[in-house]
Amino acid sequence: MRHAVAPTENVENNSFTVTDLLKICTHCERLSKKDLGVRIPRPLGNGPSRFIPEKEILQVSKVDARTQTIFEDAFAALGRLDNISLVMGFHPQYLESFLRTQHYLLQMDGPLSLHYRHYIGIMAAARHQCSYLVNLHVNDFLQVGGDHKWLNGLDGAPQKLQHLGELNKILAHRPWLLTKEHIEHLLKAEEHSWSLAELIHAVVLLTHYHSLASFTFGCGITPEIHCDGGHTFRPPSLSQYCVCDIANGNGHANHHDDLLGNQEVSGEVEVLMERMKQLQECRDEEEASQEEMATRFEREKTESMLVVTAEDEECVPSRDVSRHFEDPSYGYKDFSRRGEHVPTFRVQDYSWEDHGFSLVNRLYPDVGQMLDEKFQMAYNLTYNTMAMHKDVDTSMLRRAIWNYIHCMFGIRYDDYDYGEINQLLDRSFKIYIKTMVCSPEKTTKRMYESFWRQFQHSEKVHVNLLLMEARMQAELLYALRAITRYMT
Amino acid sequence: MEKMSRVTTALGSSAFSGRTMFCHLDAPANAISVCRDATQVVVAGRNIFKIYTLEEEQFVEKLNLRVGRKPSLNFSCADVMWHQMEENLLATAATNGAVVTWNLGKPSRNKQDQLFTEHKRTVNKVCFHPTEVYMLLSGSQDGFMKCFDLRKKESVSTFSGQSESVRDVQFSMKDYFTFAASFENGNVQLWDIRRPDRYERMFTAHTGPVFCCDWHPDDRGWLATGGRDKMVKVWDMTTNRAKEIHCVQTIASVARVKWRPERKWHLATCSMMVDHNIYVWDIRRPFIPFATFEEHKDVTTGIVWRHQHDPYFLLSGSKDSTLYQHMFKDASRPVDKANPEGLCFGLFGDLAFAAKESLISSDANRKPYPGGDRRYPIFFFKKPDPTEQFAHVSSALSVFETDLDSNRMDWFVKTARLYLLSGKPFAELCDHNAKVARELNRPQVSTTWTMLRIMFSDPANLTTPGPNHNISKLGTLPLMNSFSMKEMGSGMGSESRLERSKGESRQDNIHLEPGNSHISNNNDENEETEGSEGQAEYMFGDAELDDDDLYSMEHDNQTEEQEYILPQEAFQLRHEIMDNPSAPEHLQQDKADSPHVSGNEAEVMCLTPIESFSLISISQPLFSPHLPASFFCPVVREMLSYYAEQGDVQMAVSVLIVLGDRIRKEIDDLTQEHWYMSYIDLLQRFELWNVSNEVIKLSTCSAITCLNQASTTLHINCSNCKRPMSNKGWICDRCHQCASVCAVCHHVVKGLFVWCQGCSHGGHLEHMMNWLKSSSHCPAGCGHLCEYT
Repeated sequence: MRHAVAPTENVENNSFTVTDLLKICTHCERLSKKDLGVRIPRPLGNGPSRFIPEKEILQVSKVDARTQTIFEDAFAALGRLDNISLVMGFHPQYLESFLRTQHYLLQMDGPLSLHYRHYIGIMAAARHQCSYLVNLHVNDFLQVGGDHKWLNGLDGAPQKLQHLGELNKILAHRPWLLTKEHIEHLLKAEEHSWSLAELIHAVVLLTHYHSLASFTFGCGITPEIHCDGGHTFRPPSLSQYCVCDIANGNGHANHHDDLLGNQEVSGEVEVLMERMKQLQECRDEEEASQEEMATRFEREKTESMLVVTAEDEECVPSRDVSRHFEDPSYGYKDFSRRGEHVPTFRVQDYSWEDHGFSLVNRLYPDVGQMLDEKFQMAYNLTYNTMAMHKDVDTSMLRRAIWNYIHCMFGIRYDDYDYGEINQLLDRSFKIYIKTMVCSPEKTTKRMYESFWRQFQHSEKVHVNLLLMEARMQAELLYALRAITRYMT
Repeated sequence: MEKMSRVTTALGSSAFSGRTMFCHLDAPANAISVCRDATQVVVAGRNIFKIYTLEEEQFVEKLNLRVGRKPSLNFSCADVMWHQMEENLLATAATNGAVVTWNLGKPSRNKQDQLFTEHKRTVNKVCFHPTEVYMLLSGSQDGFMKCFDLRKKESVSTFSGQSESVRDVQFSMKDYFTFAASFENGNVQLWDIRRPDRYERMFTAHTGPVFCCDWHPDDRGWLATGGRDKMVKVWDMTTNRAKEIHCVQTIASVARVKWRPERKWHLATCSMMVDHNIYVWDIRRPFIPFATFEEHKDVTTGIVWRHQHDPYFLLSGSKDSTLYQHMFKDASRPVDKANPEGLCFGLFGDLAFAAKESLISSDANRKPYPGGDRRYPIFFFKKPDPTEQFAHVSSALSVFETDLDSNRMDWFVKTARLYLLSGKPFAELCDHNAKVARELNRPQVSTTWTMLRIMFSDPANLTTPGPNHNISKLGTLPLMNSFSMKEMGSGMGSESRLERSKGESRQDNIHLEPGNSHISNNNDENEETEGSEGQAEYMFGDAELDDDDLYSMEHDNQTEEQEYILPQEAFQLRHEIMDNPSAPEHLQQDKADSPHVSGNEAEVMCLTPIESFSLISISQPLFSPHLPASFFCPVVREMLSYYAEQGDVQMAVSVLIVLGDRIRKEIDDLTQEHWYMSYIDLLQRFELWNVSNEVIKLSTCSAITCLNQASTTLHINCSNCKRPMSNKGWICDRCHQCASVCAVCHHVVKGLFVWCQGCSHGGHLEHMMNWLKSSSHCPAGCGHLCEYT
């Protein structure tokens, strides 16, 4: 006779739709309050995101059969369905590719052991003080047999992981400073050194979690109920009403607001579409000189520096996240400041499709393919809609967003006219992008709301996916280029 | 054209001479191209655009086309091509999407002729028509191919690749109107230049981007393609469906491919990443390159044969900022370094060996194989193909038949089965194993075990304070030599040895009793003679006293010789085997039942045997418990390594396990792991699963113990639709039913699911246990007689 183990976690197991889950929760709550006197945790936030009304997210999973199956699969694989997946459920094609990649990175064959992988995830997420991801992976880390002591800080972790701290720091904030000496330092043959394959795995994990942290903040993902900050034991207040309800539109007060907002900004979409059309048509006439193009890139680059990210809100990580990384003062510094000039990274000289892919696939087979699919999926995903308009070719807008992010990392496309960015992305949108990509922990609900006000939430999530993937690719390109230089 | 090509042919290969040479460029090159008469080469890159003349001994820079104070992006070239008809005409593809033509005949410094900015993205490739002077084709990242007439200001026709990026375009050498285009999504399209609306033919050539393609210069229908999937494929396009006729697997993604002139089967490739060499392949021999050029230090970005009818000169440009001319005669030939030898084991241990005939024949006067096995030399000859330029090797194949009995590994199997590795006190384990070895007629091993027992069984609990004291006073003596041990009678059993020991110990006591240890008695001859008596196994004596004979004997059977190692504590049990933290829960539960108990028992029992044992063993009073164990360990370590090297890894591992902590720290983890792995591998080949599992469990290397946790996945089928469940968990993807329902209570089982391997029914562990206590039939009612063990 044989034994098989299926995860027995919490009440969730009985149901697959989240609505059912909530029903059962309240049911249990009532039951146990009467009978046992057990303290029942209550979710603090309502719904997976602070920014997006819960009912909109849940609708998706109910309507779309494909999303439903993906959710089921994800649940069966992990024993949970995290809020990130729920929010990504707006875009099932992408979600599928995302989950497959993540599952492969964390669970399947790879040079690093399981607890290392989760720990690297923690390190990366902690760099952005993303307590959501940290909590999630602390649990996973302990579950796969990780050592408790490591969680006290990087000092408690093995030497080998400590070495990775530097790479983590640079990759997260200023990847353009990565040189082959950093790689050399990690790979040099001694007791705590990394192998090339391990390093690639680690780099992919780091970049994955840096960009996922961006997404988490960008969409205002709320903590999971079983994690710190995700629940409270306080009995629900009489009004059954809390701040977060109002904040994500679950209450009623917000509706009024929306109406006002709509009037104010109506026409925003039309203006944007008009501009895209113009650009498309007059591109040939305009004929900017080469010098002009070069200065445009520089201008966009410097301007991106001037876009000030909001500093007003101090976020306090609930678990002491900061202990997972050193040197908390190290943050994003604008790509080209006076004084230190870093050469522009030309995509034509080192691109993901030609070079990055070949390297990853050589050292960590299959993952190159998966990442390639994921990037392509994110880049090419479109429903040909913009807010209420249908049959719009959004490729120009998507390319502008993608290239703008790469521009912030100093990556230049020779064949792109950076003047387009200025036409297509307005200031509030740029602020949002910049904050999300460079210091995601500072993203606020106000920023989320203030850009593209007429667009649907699903479209904003789409933008977030684009931002996340573009950021990941940018970091990967720098890391892989450094590794390539080390190898040659 | 026909006339002209004949002229160049007439020039022939004799027209050029030269040598392998290179020059430094100022910047990395992206592409190179030669002019028709093969006297000049143009190099283009992001920051370089120059023409060099090829002279006998060197490259000479002739012209820098990058002029102007602020060079624009139009100079940043992704590709360059020199017109093969018109000497003054060049075209470049710029990374910003411009297609530029250059006319060297212009009198001004700036030779730029035409500028086409119709592409929206980077242009990856430009290609002149081989015979038509004014026709230029370009392929771009934006998914379009455009055909330009150089007499007009704009393109004459546009070919759409359906928004897939174009990586390469090539006009066919023989069909005037045809060109091939390769795409980022793995497709290759064939177009007719007159029909811009639709491609003539499309097929998928590679997975992932096809970086390059090249038409065969002579054979009309052949197209070579190279892709990111590290393959070079040769397609026959003459048939209805493009047919793959050859495939070469390289080690990195293929950036360029060029057919070698005048050699039907040869093509040159270079790679996009990682690999810097240029390979020339004979496509009929795809496993080993025909020739390699290894000069470049960074990836090669452009290769071109110097002259279209001369196969001996290859030019290449690279990211390492050098331009090379390679002479074919200077190429390295991997074939020469390869060993055309093969070796294979047959099912019954026969060994087939193929080697160069010359090797075999020169071997003929060698003594026949010591095992007396027969050899069958068989000679094969492949019919030589005169067009193939590979060195012909005739090999001789020899088959060595194994005499089934001589090489039997029975002893291995039996030993593995019978050895006890744990569960008993150390001394008993040693005795048992010694007995096993002796019964299998392996006296040396047997004696080693006995030695180990005596060495490591701890006498400390009997040692009186007296001798300790004495010895500690004598710290100045060279302790190493104070004791040596010898084993001679190979067939001797442990019992007799023990009796003997008794006698000895009595004598020893005589020396010791007076309070002076024998060590202080440096010239105690009595002891020496005693030691040299035939049957004696032990010898006590000091270095100065040992005569030469003794020493020589020691050297003879080094392996059996042991130094005594003094245990620090009474009887050290091995550490409990720790469960790997990642071990599944149920394993731990299982463990709680049996293996631990035995371990504990051993611990309890150990006191008695120790005492009785120590009573009869001789040597203890002689050894100082203060001798550091590490002092002796090197010898045991050597012994283990010796066994391992002799191929008896079984012995090494068994001793390692039985000695446990006593020796473990002395041997570095890698070696231990290596031994364990070899032994486990052997055990599994003999299908001794239980033993191998025991060894895994008892090993202390984390890398080994985790073997037990590897591949513990169990694939199950859905009980409803009988199809495999792809996901973990209990719900089936296809029928959306709960698959694992308890046969007793009919609820979904979460947690431990136990099922009968006969009828595959099962359910909650407790339910099944209870059910099968009262009934022997399957609870599902299938009539199967299930058994719960």
